[in-house]
Amino acid sequence: MDIVTPGFGLVFWMTLSFLIILFLLKKFAWSPILKSIKEREDSIEDALESAAKAKEEMRKLQDNNESLLQEARAERDQLMKEARETKDQVISEAKNKAKEEAEKILTAAREEIKNEKAKAIGELKDQVAAISFDIAHKVLQDKLSEADMQKDSIQSALKEISFN
Amino acid sequence: MLKIKEQSVARGLKIIVLTILTSAAMSAFASPASDSTHSEEGFNAGEVIMHHVLDANEIHIFDGLSIPLPIILYTSQGLDIFSFGNFWDDHHHPTMTYTSASTGNTYAYNHGHIVQVGDMAEELAHAGWSVSDHSFLDFSITKNVAGIFLAAIIMILLFTSVARAYAKRDGKAPKGLQSFMEPLILFIRDEVAKPSIGHKYDRFMPFLLSIFFFIWFGNLLGLVPFLGGLNITGNIAVTAVLAIFTFIVTSFSANKGYWMHIVAPPGVPWWLLPIMWPIEILGVFNKPIVLCLRLFANITAGHIIILSFTCLIFIFNSSSGAGAAYGVSIGSVLFSVFMMCLELLVAFLQAYVFTLLSALYFGQAVEDHDHH
Repeated sequence: MDIVTPGFGLVFWMTLSFLIILFLLKKFAWSPILKSIKEREDSIEDALESAAKAKEEMRKLQDNNESLLQEARAERDQLMKEARETKDQVISEAKNKAKEEAEKILTAAREEIKNEKAKAIGELKDQVAAISFDIAHKVLQDKLSEADMQKDSIQSALKEISFN
Repeated sequence: MLKIKEQSVARGLKIIVLTILTSAAMSAFASPASDSTHSEEGFNAGEVIMHHVLDANEIHIFDGLSIPLPIILYTSQGLDIFSFGNFWDDHHHPTMTYTSASTGNTYAYNHGHIVQVGDMAEELAHAGWSVSDHSFLDFSITKNVAGIFLAAIIMILLFTSVARAYAKRDGKAPKGLQSFMEPLILFIRDEVAKPSIGHKYDRFMPFLLSIFFFIWFGNLLGLVPFLGGLNITGNIAVTAVLAIFTFIVTSFSANKGYWMHIVAPPGVPWWLLPIMWPIEILGVFNKPIVLCLRLFANITAGHIIILSFTCLIFIFNSSSGAGAAYGVSIGSVLFSVFMMCLELLVAFLQAYVFTLLSALYFGQAVEDHDHH
């Protein structure tokens, strides 16, 4: 039965030793060790987290750049479009103005021509009247002298007349 | 959970009954030879094995070399401190009596026990030392006490040095001894404490780590040859103290819910409560008893098996001659080596099981019972 009878001395020394182990190791080993492990784990976790955050930030930055670029491109396109429109407008305006001017000049020219023509016709009419008067004068003169002479005189009178 | 508990109780009881039976058989077998200790009679395996498994006042390294350990007795007359060597005769057998100069008491050594003998010491000695009375307390530094001190010193030196390594290499990866111990510490924290106790695991960690490493080192010291056959964790006093520590920590950290579960288990009809109370109260004490017996029985059984294989050689030597002994020794040594390897595993396993069950009990004690 010795084997299942706890010895008094052994119980005493065991209790004492275990209390000493528990106290000393708790103070000088377990607490600092567990604390260091926890701190290290926390720092590793923090590092991983901040790396993930940096990655996210990087991604955001890239996205930002991309959108900025997109914006710039769109603005450029807009500017070019506007410029083209302005150019077209300017050209068409110029064309219209030129056309109008030409029309105006043309109209003025036409008026002039018309006036000149009327003047010329008036002058022509006067001349024709004068010539006709002259011819009639001569014919009447010649008829009175000779019939043949009449013919000759008309002929010659016509030759003399130059329509200028 | 309950089923596992029942199984472990059953297993623990079975082993203890078997151990008691074998030890009884061995002592019965041993008794005729014990008086004439060194005769030419056959080799007494039972005595040898029990001698190794039980505690002793000397460290027996091999025949012819024993280190006597100090004996400390607290008597009504005062302290008596003397070496076990005082009991030795010329052959280093504890057959002599010793009379203390300070208290005047006379002591003798009788089958593993120190006894106080009366005035007629000589006559009593010849009559087989009838014990007068146990009028003293035995605080002797026995083999196992020395083993406990050794384990304690190793633990304190080892883990304070590991702690220093943590302080020195703050925030860096572990190195050397530190990297050997860290996985074990993390194992206890992440696989034992956290799942069993929950978020309140923090305050139990020092106890769990101490108990785990003490049992493990104690188990391993018991396997070291030529260390006098230490059997620290195979001694019921040691395992009982460890189990009582677990019991005390459990009881003192238990919350209201834990006690309410014992007084009034939820879901049990009121008329069943009188039947439940003895079972629940038994359960409270059952836990540390099972812890104590399991560790004690496992380690003692391992020691007995290894010693038995070794003793086989000597049994064959005395019964069938040296030739048979040489033949048997091949198998014996192979089996001993195999058992040693198994015991290395058991050493870790039992430390783990003790720690795990302690953690589970703590978990039950601090569990939040709000959901009932």
